[in-house]
Amino acid sequence: MAGITSYGAYIPLHRLPRTQIAAAWGVPPQGGEKAVRNFDEDSITMATTAAIDCLNGIDRSTIDGLYFATTTSPYTERQGSTIIASALDLRSDIRTADFSNSLRCGMEAVAAAMDAINAGAANSIMVTVADTRIGAAQGDFEQSFGDGAAALLLGKDNVIATMEGSYTMTAPIMDRWRAAGDTFVRAWEDRWTLDEGYTKMLPQAAAGVLKKLNLEPKDLAKAAYYGPNGRRHGALARRLGLDAEQVQDCLFDTVGDTGAAQSLMILVAALEEAKAGDKILCVGYGNGADAFVVQVTDAIEKVRDRRGIKQHLAAKRPIPSFEKYLRWRELVTLEAAARPERIPTSVSALWRDTMSVLPLYGSKCKACGTQQYPPQRVCIICKEKDQMESVRLSDKKATIFTFTHDNLAASADPPNTVTVVDFDGGGRGIFNMTDREPEEVQVGQKVEMTFRKLYVDRGLHNYYWKTMPAIG
Amino acid sequence: MAGSIKDRVAIVGMGCTKFGENWEMSADDMLVEAAYEAYEDAGIEPKDIEAVWYGTCWSGETGGPLAGALKLQYRPITRVENACATASDALRNAAYAVAAGVCDIALAIGVEKLKDSGFSGLGSAGGIMTSGVRPNTTAPGNFAMMATKYFSRYGLSPDEGKRMIGMVSVKSHHNGTLNPRAHFQREVSLDTVLKAPIIAWPLGLFDCCGVSDGSAAAILVRAEDAKKFRPDPVRIKALRMSVGNEGLIRSDYDFTHVESTYQAGLRAYEEAEVKNPREEIGMAEVHDCFSITEAVTMEDLQFSPRGKVKEDIESGFFNLDGGLPVQPDGGLKCFGHPIGASGLRMIYEMYKQLQGKAGPRQIKNPKLGLTHNLGGGPPACTIFVGIFGE
Repeated sequence: MAGITSYGAYIPLHRLPRTQIAAAWGVPPQGGEKAVRNFDEDSITMATTAAIDCLNGIDRSTIDGLYFATTTSPYTERQGSTIIASALDLRSDIRTADFSNSLRCGMEAVAAAMDAINAGAANSIMVTVADTRIGAAQGDFEQSFGDGAAALLLGKDNVIATMEGSYTMTAPIMDRWRAAGDTFVRAWEDRWTLDEGYTKMLPQAAAGVLKKLNLEPKDLAKAAYYGPNGRRHGALARRLGLDAEQVQDCLFDTVGDTGAAQSLMILVAALEEAKAGDKILCVGYGNGADAFVVQVTDAIEKVRDRRGIKQHLAAKRPIPSFEKYLRWRELVTLEAAARPERIPTSVSALWRDTMSVLPLYGSKCKACGTQQYPPQRVCIICKEKDQMESVRLSDKKATIFTFTHDNLAASADPPNTVTVVDFDGGGRGIFNMTDREPEEVQVGQKVEMTFRKLYVDRGLHNYYWKTMPAIG
Repeated sequence: MAGSIKDRVAIVGMGCTKFGENWEMSADDMLVEAAYEAYEDAGIEPKDIEAVWYGTCWSGETGGPLAGALKLQYRPITRVENACATASDALRNAAYAVAAGVCDIALAIGVEKLKDSGFSGLGSAGGIMTSGVRPNTTAPGNFAMMATKYFSRYGLSPDEGKRMIGMVSVKSHHNGTLNPRAHFQREVSLDTVLKAPIIAWPLGLFDCCGVSDGSAAAILVRAEDAKKFRPDPVRIKALRMSVGNEGLIRSDYDFTHVESTYQAGLRAYEEAEVKNPREEIGMAEVHDCFSITEAVTMEDLQFSPRGKVKEDIESGFFNLDGGLPVQPDGGLKCFGHPIGASGLRMIYEMYKQLQGKAGPRQIKNPKLGLTHNLGGGPPACTIFVGIFGE
């Protein structure tokens, strides 16, 4: 039986305590903290990082599709899933699709992937989901929304959790919405949206799948379901007929409401703790609700080496200030740096360089074995011409050879840290460094590559790799 | 030595504007100032100029602006661009034309007007459109990475390292106080240097040269004709360029030296028949865009052993009264760096020193002067090394 074959997750490094937001506007705090993406992260980069976590130890050439789900795609006309698939170095003859416009789009992507697999159209499809929604200042959403991502690999072979069944219901309810061009999420009155929407529909879908499978709530090891806040999430347990220990924490106090990503992030957290035989219910909510039940197999022990939710929760750093949060979200207008304007990006040059930019390919000389980046025609060492083979560097660790913290160069997180690194296995490159404490950066430090957004130029979101302190 | 330029060409006149924030002068105005000082110094008229090598990075395209400013119409004018080594390369090309006998009197001139950009740093990075993924480094950032590595490789704590390079700037600022054409003419203490704001760690404000406007010019003739123009011409002993671009690709590049400088130096010493640079070179004007650049250049030019420049800096070996005075005019540190003009400004100081006309900065009988001009940034550098003598 087909199902989940691997999982991964991503939570950005920085956290903002909700008391800090509340203090800024003189409103009551919601408690806990929320995960905040860095200025160089968005839904595409976070979804990519979660997918990389999910792909640990898996042959990337076996993936037949990449579905990207988000309500915060940087593009309305350009497919995010193609960018992610290229960054992941997946094959080009694969299905790609973006799922959007609903908080349950991640659940819909899982359903679509399962349908394709069960129909025999694909053996293995990656679903990666991320969101980074913004609430307007002093409102509830400003405190409740957090950023994060999850990834599930679905397929027929080496299944770690079989897909037992699913249930879906759709409803054109307008409880929360963003019209095209809106920055902030709008909502109807809180009590109505939660009573008539969330509290009614999510249990309806949960009951639907359980009935279909002839299961009782007591048969579930865990229930991983969406929660707009901790209180409402907890209150729903009774309605679902669940005991407290069956309810998987919805990450509200540690990460926040991560929108489309949330139900699958909670599922990943449940899978991290699950043992063979466990039945897990997953329910997502948004303009209706989607539910599915998986049953964990013995094979889950083979995919334990994931950062997942647990490691990402543990690795955290407070964002230096609420003002920095506003800056990273581009919610304040800053005095322009007295620096020359950036040279416009050439889209044709970027396309020509796709392999060296997105999957970060270097070249390896077949004559002398030297790896070099960016790819060269003539070998820098033995000078042989056109004797190169490609080598992927994005999954290699590297060592800082030298660095600087540049206060003159423009950055939303100054100083602009630049590193020259040598990759394990050979090859040298120069990259910006992110998610670092400047005073901790050292020559000889081990780093890994992370997929980030460099800047936006006339609507072109330019993605590339940066270095960050190596984890583990 | 086949193809050597040694003793075949001489400089018989030079001019140099005041360097600084020349708000009142355009690039044209500065070209006129530098060229007419050089004409007068050589005792020639504008009509005597047969060909021009005109260096500028961002202040003019083609030879046209030069012809317009100096009214040198319908002559061969080559616009030279080689980043920060532009002006030296203009002189190099002019010298080869004179040596080839295709002209009797050539003008090499460089100019840059940087202070019309509205920025306090370099105003423009030029405009080749690319995929745009290379890190947005700045010039200080690129050279700072040499300092980071130099400190690490030779076991200097950040404090020790910053003191070492800080003393380079203190020395140059002292020399600048003796030069009325310098942009900055005041002493700075090591304490001031060390406490200055960080521009690109570990480089602080005083580790960086200024940004300024300026122009400088040289008149070149064949060596055998030089005495017809003046009794004390300065002869070219060596002109060497070395261009490299591999250090960001090769993992064996150490980031504590500039290979192009070392290579250009080797060839220049061979051409000038210099056996022991530390002993034979009487003064040097090198490309001190940043204090660390000057420090590693001392090692690349074989003035100091590898990893040992700290001893020479601390002993005052490169001070005006030391064994090998470096930046007697104050260097880029005090003149700032109008990109297309700096190479000829260095040669101007060397020329005046060899003629004994450097006033309060005069070095006793320097005999051989060296100039070193660096274009680009580590580790992809375009290097000029020239050696000049009587």
